[in-house]
Amino acid sequence: MGYEFDWSSIPGALPYLWEGMIITLKITAVAVSVGIVWGTLLALMRMSGFKVLGWLAAGYVNLFRSIPLVMVLLWFFLIIPSVLVSLLDIPRSFDTRLVSAMVAFSLFEAAYYSEIIRAGIRSVARGQMGAANALGMSYAMAMRLVILPQAFRNMVPLLLTQGIILFQDTSLVYVSSLPDFFGVSYRVGSRDGRLVELLLFAGAVYFIISFIASQLVKHIQKRKTA
Amino acid sequence: MISIKNVSKHYGTFKVLTDCSAEVEKGEVIVICGPSGSGKSTLIKCVNGLEPFQQGEIVVNGISVGDPKTNLSKLRAHVGMVFQNFELFPHMSVIDNLCIAQIKVLGRSREEAIERGRKLLERVGLLNQAEKFPGQLSGGQQQRVAIARALAMDPICMLFDEPTSALDPEMVNEVLDVMVGLAQEGMTMMVVTHEMGFARKVANRVIFMDEGRIVEDAPKEDFFSKPRSERAQLFLSKILQH
Repeated sequence: MGYEFDWSSIPGALPYLWEGMIITLKITAVAVSVGIVWGTLLALMRMSGFKVLGWLAAGYVNLFRSIPLVMVLLWFFLIIPSVLVSLLDIPRSFDTRLVSAMVAFSLFEAAYYSEIIRAGIRSVARGQMGAANALGMSYAMAMRLVILPQAFRNMVPLLLTQGIILFQDTSLVYVSSLPDFFGVSYRVGSRDGRLVELLLFAGAVYFIISFIASQLVKHIQKRKTA
Repeated sequence: MISIKNVSKHYGTFKVLTDCSAEVEKGEVIVICGPSGSGKSTLIKCVNGLEPFQQGEIVVNGISVGDPKTNLSKLRAHVGMVFQNFELFPHMSVIDNLCIAQIKVLGRSREEAIERGRKLLERVGLLNQAEKFPGQLSGGQQQRVAIARALAMDPICMLFDEPTSALDPEMVNEVLDVMVGLAQEGMTMMVVTHEMGFARKVANRVIFMDEGRIVEDAPKEDFFSKPRSERAQLFLSKILQH
């Protein structure tokens, strides 16, 4: 006796699934943006020549790269809410899970981004700093106007690829039962007894979005080398 | 204008420069030559502090380069430098390459910077390339843009670090022509180069370096007709044979 697929619960659940997707995209967007900014600072700290800053940044990167993402998420779900509530006098009913997820992903991703960005900065020819300095630019000005723009241009494909991975990883927020796209799919599936269909559907959606995005990255890469 | 006094530099125990001294007066053109690894590029990069040195003193226009209190950025803004590999900023158009430091370092307005930039592009014969990116230009054109970029800062002197070494032979002259023009206008120049034709034409003095030392510092007539050191004679016979 084969399994009878029944997709009928999906159309009615689309509005909830859409809301879940919005949460997923929000977490991705925030984590990518904050991750790149904080990752850039970490990379600059590591390359600054100030030993203490370098150690701190290296310690941070190694720490986050050596622990499973799901544990980082859990810690933040447990820690951030109590911190926020006690610091900001927020009513206990306020849902801090979304903020916690954004903070956790941002901090985690920054560790990975900083390594990409460090390699990107290294990829810019050394003479460029000399030329910028020779024109009277300070180290910071040369970084901002000359080195980083080139580094980021070289890094765009890698940064986007990391963003696609992150988009998929956001499904891990299910540990906090935050209703992201995956969470909603799971809930609708269990509610209607149609978990297999809903998870297949969710998988297909993740696949399509990620696939299109990575094709886009390939396209950008091709245009850059052309 | 540029005074180099007993400058020594070493990486660990390896001596790159040993007790180098030279004076450059305003309006003088000094050519520095010597075999590769003789320290000539290092010496010229010490003049604007791109390379630090451990001993001695370099004074440019009354400002000590080695003094930790010196604002090197401020000094460099008025000392033009041209590099072997051009080092234009590849992510900016030619005109932006000429404007960026004028605006961000000298504080000129964008209009003012563009006007000055266009004037200098015209001077090096590249006004029609202003909107292009460096990667779209030939090596010779890129180096002319690099010279224009340095001139846009209204430098008090210009340093050239093997400006034609990375060029295909047929492009060497277009760059040298620009440099000769500058020299004839009275720009103070220190030029590391093997182009002895350029040296003969416009140099006031030739400095010959070997193994980190200034072996000879002579007026160009003397240098080419009767170099005193054996090492310089050997070097000249080698590069002038062809």
